[in-house]
Amino acid sequence: MQDIVFRSEVDGNDYQRAGEASRHTKSALKRLGLPPEIIRRVGVCMYEGEINMVIHADGGTATLTVGIDKIVIELKDHGPGIPDIDLAMQEGWSTANTEAQTLGFGAGMGLPNMKRSSDEFKIDTVVGEGTTVTMTIYIK
Amino acid sequence: MTVRDVKELLEAEVLCGEDRLDEEICGCFASDFMSDILAFARDQNLLITGMLNPQVIRTAEMVDMPFIVFVRGKVPNEQMIELAEESGMVLLASRFRMYSACGILFMHDPNTKPCKTLYSDQK
Ligand SMILES: Nc1ncnc2c1ncn2[C@@H]1O[C@H](COP(=O)(O)OP(=O)(O)O)[C@@H](O)[C@H]1O
Ligand SMILES: [Mg+2]
Repeated sequence: MQDIVFRSEVDGNDYQRAGEASRHTKSALKRLGLPPEIIRRVGVCMYEGEINMVIHADGGTATLTVGIDKIVIELKDHGPGIPDIDLAMQEGWSTANTEAQTLGFGAGMGLPNMKRSSDEFKIDTVVGEGTTVTMTIYIK
Repeated sequence: MTVRDVKELLEAEVLCGEDRLDEEICGCFASDFMSDILAFARDQNLLITGMLNPQVIRTAEMVDMPFIVFVRGKVPNEQMIELAEESGMVLLASRFRMYSACGILFMHDPNTKPCKTLYSDQK
């Protein structure tokens, strides 16, 4: 089987649409017939990452690759970068503005959720250049 | 407890998903924080929230919760209802506050069981 790739541009200015890419990708994964628990984990990871790109990084690109034994989610943005990853990974730490809070986000739980819901989790970030979060979920 | 029971107990208005009212509630989760829902909701199919925006619909969908009750008299707009309809969800709106809504549902059925069948592949 060849890898199946889903790529979505995430608009950083449209707060109302934030999460739409994850929503569409989730229904595509359902149509592929992947196990529900795998789909739930992929959804949580991609959705938290997509929201982060909207509220912290002015948008970016979400790429999801479905392979034979794993799903890889890559969220790449050209936002401000993360100066202190350890701090950003702490539950409750957030620099989210009030607009993000009106969406129900900004509790500082996103990155920890993404780490917990994935099998492999990596952040590459350069301050002033951008952030790439890569998560892998194994299909058992 | 069915979705219809929730509607009656909370004197709620049905905004969409009329055809699913006879389905069984197998667990409830109440929160206004989307990340809390994403982190902790699991094997539950009813979300009780006072947060009102399209992200609530998407968040519930991410954790496979098809039934949502909005409390504190909040009524979703057309855009939210459309999103929910697209995904075949049920939206209810109740005037009760979060604490009362949860209390009423809990008194009625303290034993709602997790939906064990939802993730048959879970560890
Ligand atoms: N893509 C990103 N670009 C820049 N900063 C980010 C990004 N993702 C996360 N952060 C930083 O890490 C913090 C913690 O993120 P997260 O755990 O998702 O919580 P929240 O989004 O609720 O603030 C954010 O408040 C922000 O400062
Ligand atoms: Mg976040």
